Formats: sequence, structure tokens, C-alpha cells
Amino acid sequence: MADKLFYFLTFLALLSALMVVFSRNPIHSVLYLILTFFTLSGHYVLLNAQFIAAVNIIVYAGAIMVLFLFVVMFLNLRSETQEKTSILSKVASVTAAGLLMVVLVAALKDVNLGTVQATPDFDSQVGMVEQLGKVLFSKFLLPFELASVLFLAAMVGAVMLGRREPGEQNTF
Amino acid sequence: MQVSSPQDYLPIIIQFALALGFVVLSMIASHAIGPKRKAKIKDEQWECGIESVGDARAPISIKYFLVAILFVLFDVEVIFMYPWAVNFRYLGWIGFVEMVIFMGFLLTGYFYIIKKGVLNWE
Amino acid sequence: MESVLIFKAIFILVVFGITLLTATYSTLAERKVAGFLQDRLGPDRAGPYGLLQPLADAVKMFFKEEFIPSSANKWLFIAGPSLAMLTALMTSAVVPFGDSIIWDGQEFKLQGMEINIGILYVFGIVSLGVYGIMVGGWASNNKFSLLGAIRAASQNISYELAMGLSIIAIMMMTGSLDLNAVVKGQAGFHGMAWNVFYQPLACIIFIVCAFAECNRTPFDLPECETELVGGYHTEYSSMKLGLYLFSEYTNMFVSSAVISILFFGGYNFPGQDLLPFSHNVITIIGAAVFFGKILFFIFFFMWVRWTLPRFRYDQLMGLGWKSLLPLAIVNVMITGAVILLTGK
Repeated sequence: MADKLFYFLTFLALLSALMVVFSRNPIHSVLYLILTFFTLSGHYVLLNAQFIAAVNIIVYAGAIMVLFLFVVMFLNLRSETQEKTSILSKVASVTAAGLLMVVLVAALKDVNLGTVQATPDFDSQVGMVEQLGKVLFSKFLLPFELASVLFLAAMVGAVMLGRREPGEQNTF
Repeated sequence: MQVSSPQDYLPIIIQFALALGFVVLSMIASHAIGPKRKAKIKDEQWECGIESVGDARAPISIKYFLVAILFVLFDVEVIFMYPWAVNFRYLGWIGFVEMVIFMGFLLTGYFYIIKKGVLNWE
Repeated sequence: MESVLIFKAIFILVVFGITLLTATYSTLAERKVAGFLQDRLGPDRAGPYGLLQPLADAVKMFFKEEFIPSSANKWLFIAGPSLAMLTALMTSAVVPFGDSIIWDGQEFKLQGMEINIGILYVFGIVSLGVYGIMVGGWASNNKFSLLGAIRAASQNISYELAMGLSIIAIMMMTGSLDLNAVVKGQAGFHGMAWNVFYQPLACIIFIVCAFAECNRTPFDLPECETELVGGYHTEYSSMKLGLYLFSEYTNMFVSSAVISILFFGGYNFPGQDLLPFSHNVITIIGAAVFFGKILFFIFFFMWVRWTLPRFRYDQLMGLGWKSLLPLAIVNVMITGAVILLTGK
């Protein structure tokens, strides 16, 4: 049952991820990306990492993709205004992507995934929110506090970039 | 403590199948039953009877984007608070101080935003 | 395991039916309440007391012309209302409608999905609610729809923050993200230890945010007819419009259920541990009481709609970001300090 679900979710994840790339309409791409996040959350649930599964939906599908959709919707995406890509840039992009693939294959072909032994002290509840909180607020305290500094920096950066200075021209 | 496993999530499949079935059925039914008459002027979008000018998908105020970005940042902050709230009694005063420091940084950013007038809509 | 799954399937089916039925009759109730508040009768032609009115409305919706503007994106235009309805219908799976029925020595919980992160599930589905409106409004290629959609999205995400923060205080008291545990935690004082008495501020913030998330008056700017015609559903007709309107009522039902669970004791009722009945009977009475609470909050939604005028957009964003958000943070901090000082 579980492995059938795993293969189904993997198939769906790969399919929707490919559709993100191949869709002509960027809005479709965004919607397929949301679907991809759902399948990933399904994988997290199969791994019994329930908190991560929910957070993946809330943060990625519910917050970041809303921002993506905001931006994509108002970027003026008329088909007639799309620039024609030249042969040269097509060749260049194919070469670059091909090189990246070669590097990835070379890096990953010798990786030993290994097998996980189910040891007696393995706790299936390790992905629950209670355990996660205990570890996050003791062992990983410094990264947690640094995250808030990162948020502060992001906030200031967004305001600096987005805010219109007084006297600057108002464009709708 | 009760042990939770991936099996707890099986009913979501039933729920999703029901919801999807309802939506698809009502869409198909309304498509099959309702009449369809096409005409060039009738199929235009409706803007109070005035001929529509230009494309609706024009760029909008940057404020909406700023609100969306700030929402993402604060949303992650709220997410960080969930594991903290669940373990609140276990973590005690130390956990409380940890969260106060975390919130302190965020509130600094919040006051900066208020001061800069990003959230003023006029 | 087998019998539990079969029970779950039947239970989800029943809850699904109840959700749809309540949402259907909410449309009639809305007009009846409006009539009552404005000292008139409301619909009374179709059937006795107008009881067949929702049925007549549904039939009308199905037989209306299906209109898709020529400049719209056809598939996204269809996807909009579908997404809105799908997200509205998914939440009821985690709502605990009652305690448990003991049958043949086996315990069946009256909850579709017993997961220990129920609140996060609700929160996740709520955060997906904006897609239906945004996709539909954008696909219409109409200026009013687009303005309505962008307003709705900004409003929903702004109020989601205060909503999430107001629940944190409840989590600190309960120490769990399980909705059933939240209800169980309010069983003290003969079923009267409701969170609203301990967390009145969080309760008010949550209810205000629930109104905003459902796009109900006084937060119905996305569809305010005086400025934006019909808002994001200006171009919609037939059952596509029906699904948009229906999803609003379904959201109201679910929001009412979540408000009752988090702050008003869920299926707990006063004196539940004093009654001389068996466990199963208490459970059934509790489920009925819970349903009564849901109906009361649906009425409350309507009562407010026909009493309060609409906010202006800057007031709306100001309320969300400058009042509710800091208030919710202060509430969390006070709750934390009080819990630690009293040591409860």
C-alpha cells in the first residue's frame, strides 16, 4: 500500500514538475508548482514528518506561491509582446543545461544511498511537532535566532526596494 | 502519548474524492443543461456598458506586492511559534526569553515598516 | 482497522452531506434573517415558509446560460470557482463533531481524520483559499474582477497572520495542535471551561479574522457592488457563480465550527458529567449541542452582515496590520507570562 502510494506520488510530482517547465502560460506554471508542493507534502506524510508536511503547504503553497502569483499576474504577459529568442541564445542555453546535467550525473552516479536499519531505539514520532520543538529551541537555538535577523534584513530590504520616495513619480 | 502514523491521513483521500466529485459533477451538469448563445459583442467582458479600453491586466500598485512579501515573512514567524507554543510548559522561562528575543527582532522590523509608512493606504 | 476505515468513509460522507445541506439552507436563512432584521417577510413563495427556495435557486443556477467572455482564459476561468469550492469543502475532515461512540467494544471517534496537527491542517486549507478568487478574477480579464481579486488576496493574507497568532495563545494553554485535545481541554467546570473565558481577546481577534477570511460584511470589499459591480465574480454566471457563492456559505459553516471548537467548548455542554446517561447518549447530545453552536455562529455572521456597514480599504488594511497583529502578539506574550507565573 505504502509503496504504491509512494510511486503514485512520485509520478505525480515528476509530471507536475515537468508541466511547470513546459507550460506556455506562466499562471499554469504557478498552479502546477502548487500541485508539486502538494505531492511533496504527501511524501512528507509517508515519512511521518507531519509538521513539515503541513508547514510545506502553509509556507510554500499558501504564502510564497501567492507572492509568485501576484507578480506573474501583473507582469504583462501578452503573447505578442514576447521577444523572439535568437538561435544563438537557444544553442547557448541548451549547452549550459546539458553541461549542468553532465555535472549532476557525474556527481551523483557514485553516491551510495545505503540502507537504513530499523534499530530498536528508532522513534517513529521523531517528526512530530512536540519533538521538533524540543530540539529546535535547545540544540538549534542559534540558527533559530539568526533566522529572525534574516527576517529583519529581508523586511528592510523589501521596504527599501519597494517604497516610493516622496516626490518620486507616481505610476498608477 | 498517542502514536500517530501516516495511516491517519487516509480519510483525506475520501474527502478529496467527494469534494472533487461534487465540483466536477456540478460543472458538467451546468455545462450540459445551460443554453449557449454566442455573439461577438455579447461575449465581451462587461464593464458597465462602456466600451472597455485597454487590457485589464495592467500593472498595479507596488503596495500589494509589499504586503505579499511582508506576509511571507510574518507567516514564517507564525510557523516558528507553533512548535514553541506546543512545548511552552516544557521550555519554561528560557523558552519564553528565547521567543521574546526572536520577536524583538521582528518587531523592530515591524516598527520600521510602520515608520516608513508602507502600510499607509491613501 | 478495516471497520474503522469503513466507519470513517461513512462518517465523512454524512458530514459532507450535512455541510452541503447547511450551506444550502444558509442561503435561505440569510434572506430570512435579512427580512427579519428589516421588518419584512423574506422569501415565502416556494413551499411552506419558502423552504423550497434553495432548491429553486439551485435549479435556476443549473439552467442559466454558461457564459465565458471571449477574452478570458477558458481553463483558468473554469478552475477559479472549482478551486474555491474544493478548498471550502476540504476543512470539515478534521472537525471533531462529537466525542466517540463505543460500539461492540470498539471506539469510533466522531472525527473524519484524527491527526495531531489538525489546527495546522485548517490553517493550511485557509491559506489556499485565495487561489480560487485570484485565478477566477484574473482569468475574467475584466478590470472590476481583477481589482476585486487583488483586494481579496491582500485582505485574506493580511488577516491570516492575526488569525494564526491568535490561535498560538490557545496552543500554549492546550499544549497540542490536535483539535480533539483542544475540545477535551475545555471539559472542566462541568463542561464550562471554555477558552473564551480565558482568552477573550484571542477570541475577538479570531472571529474578526474569520469574517475577513470568508469575505463577509464588514469585510466584503472584494465584491462590494457599489464600487466593483460584482468584484471577482462579475463575469461569472450559471453554476460557476453558484459555486463561488456556495463556497462562501460552506466557509461560513466551517468557520463557525472552528470558532466553536477553539473558543466555545466544541461538543462540551454545561452539566455533561452530571447527567445519568451512558457515554454514547452523552456523545450524541454533545454532537447536537455542537451543531447548535455552529448554527448560532452562522446566524451571528448574518446578524453582523445586516447590521454593520462596510469598511473602507485603508481602514481594512489598517485594522489588520496595525491593530490586530500587534494585539495578537501582546496577547501571546501576556498569556505566556501568566502561565509561567501562575505555574498552571
